[in-house]
Amino acid sequence: MGNLFWIFASAAVINNFTLAYFLGLCPFFGVSKKIETAFRLGLANIFVMLITSVCAWFLNTYVLEYAGYLRLMTFIVVIASTVQFVEMAIKKLSPALFKALGIFLPLITTNCAILGLALFQTNRNYTFIEGIFYAIGAGAGLTLALVLMAGIREECELVEIPDIVKGAALSFLIAGILSMAFMGFAGLFSGA
Amino acid sequence: MASIKRAGPFRLIATLGIAGFFSGLVLVTVFLATQPLILRNQAEALEAAIYRVLPGSKKQKAFVLEEDTLVPFKEDGGRLPLEDAVFGAYDDNGQLVGFGIPAEGPGFQDTIKLIYGYDVESENIVGMEVLESKETPGLGDKIIKDQDFLDSFKALSVEPEVLAVKPGTSQNSNEVDTISGATISSKAVIKIINEGNRRWIDLVSQIGESEEKP
Amino acid sequence: MDSEGRLRKETMKGFWQENPVFVQLLGLCPALAVTNSAINGLAMGGATTFVLLGSSILVSLFRNLIPKQVRITTFIITIATFVTVADLSLQALFPAIHKELGAFIALIVVNCLILGRQEAFASRNPFRLAVGDAVGMALGFTMALVLVGGIREILGSGSLFGVSLFGDAFEPWVIMILPPGGFLTLGVLLIIFAQVQKSRSQRQAHIKSKGLEAA
Repeated sequence: MGNLFWIFASAAVINNFTLAYFLGLCPFFGVSKKIETAFRLGLANIFVMLITSVCAWFLNTYVLEYAGYLRLMTFIVVIASTVQFVEMAIKKLSPALFKALGIFLPLITTNCAILGLALFQTNRNYTFIEGIFYAIGAGAGLTLALVLMAGIREECELVEIPDIVKGAALSFLIAGILSMAFMGFAGLFSGA
Repeated sequence: MASIKRAGPFRLIATLGIAGFFSGLVLVTVFLATQPLILRNQAEALEAAIYRVLPGSKKQKAFVLEEDTLVPFKEDGGRLPLEDAVFGAYDDNGQLVGFGIPAEGPGFQDTIKLIYGYDVESENIVGMEVLESKETPGLGDKIIKDQDFLDSFKALSVEPEVLAVKPGTSQNSNEVDTISGATISSKAVIKIINEGNRRWIDLVSQIGESEEKP
Repeated sequence: MDSEGRLRKETMKGFWQENPVFVQLLGLCPALAVTNSAINGLAMGGATTFVLLGSSILVSLFRNLIPKQVRITTFIITIATFVTVADLSLQALFPAIHKELGAFIALIVVNCLILGRQEAFASRNPFRLAVGDAVGMALGFTMALVLVGGIREILGSGSLFGVSLFGDAFEPWVIMILPPGGFLTLGVLLIIFAQVQKSRSQRQAHIKSKGLEAA
């Protein structure tokens, strides 16, 4: 049980997918201007990650034993299909949310975080349950990073920013400081 | 301009099918061409590490677990078992030098993978090498380079178990000074080795000398 | 514009005005993750060049045969094939580099740059121009990666391409080869890049307004 918790905490905080592994940067710098949108996109990501983790585990266990070189192809096809499906589902269930997320839904497909999750999970030979905890942890970490970034940028709207750093440059500098802050989590739980 | 408008479903499926077919063809070809080389690289790297942690050894033989005893690994095409295996190491005369035991576990930052050499006769560890680590550069990654730390694994007793102690305070033969500034990484290495011992020492002591030379 | 000039224009744009990293902000994951040293940045740039060039060539050659509805899927199949080939080849021929780049080689397949070029250019332009575009973008990308990697390596390890620059007395600024260093380096480079762009276009506008020919 402790191991599962470590996997979750490690993915969410200590080795945060965005701030430590640089995954999921497109939505990070694109969407994160409003906390609410950022949070919802994070949730969509968690959902896609969960499905991907499960599918990846099944593929790894039963199919890819025989054709490891097809791994990338099958993973990306699964991810693309899942995202398509999630997009249709959101469109039906909550048109408002669909409108708010707009272009960023299909961008989840080319989001390194999802494929990265599947690949890292494979490399570490996680079991089915470990994979689930890893997916939730990674998704939670991604959401956390998105929301933090959105919050900071919302605050930035209220202050005067020198022209020289406006736009993407400022986002990167903020991200750098956030990343440094998260480094403080390293070593958590490893005192045992 | 480019694509054909409103193609029928047959065309769509045909396009994807053909693309998939050629893609598969290319992948299989490249895979078959590169596999021997890849396996050889992996085996060579692991072998080199085994010979480094068991000084004097020139040949190795892999053993895997089968129903609570160690049995020799059946070679096929030069492949070495990369998991759940230990490696007997022998010198030029075929004498057993010791066993190379790979082990891994969580470090400060991520998983640490290492291999250490165990001499059955003296019941000592005779060498340790970190194979993979993502510890903090300049701090935790001293476990890879710090010569004093690495030297403390050259004649390390494993009874009752390996102990990590403050830098400069090691007295008994089973104690290892942690590296100052890399305490947690050092302790992780010790922990990984102790767990490796718990797993393999009894098993390798059983085979000991009695195994056939390779 | 004549065809030679057109080819030049399509190639050069990827290097400067439409630089994938500094202007379009694409392919950031590899740009930050593996650029803890110059040689890693170069290797990743090389692998991406291979994939981008191969994909653009194929997509451009077959652009009239790919139905619109399945084009994205076809692009992805093509790109994923090239990435897998690159991955296997690196593992076989340069295992050390493959170990350094790790899972990020596979992540080239989700590099928005590559899919973006197929959709925006290769599928709509003839072979020569598509190759030029791919080469330009790939070179621009590689240049950016080597730049970021070089800066991080110099400050964070005191070396460049593995060659120690300052000797033992140098106290490396370790944070630069850690994740925050990636973000900060790119942020500063973006500022510099934007400033250079600004002064260049100011100068050109100034020249134009004086009725002189642009250089």
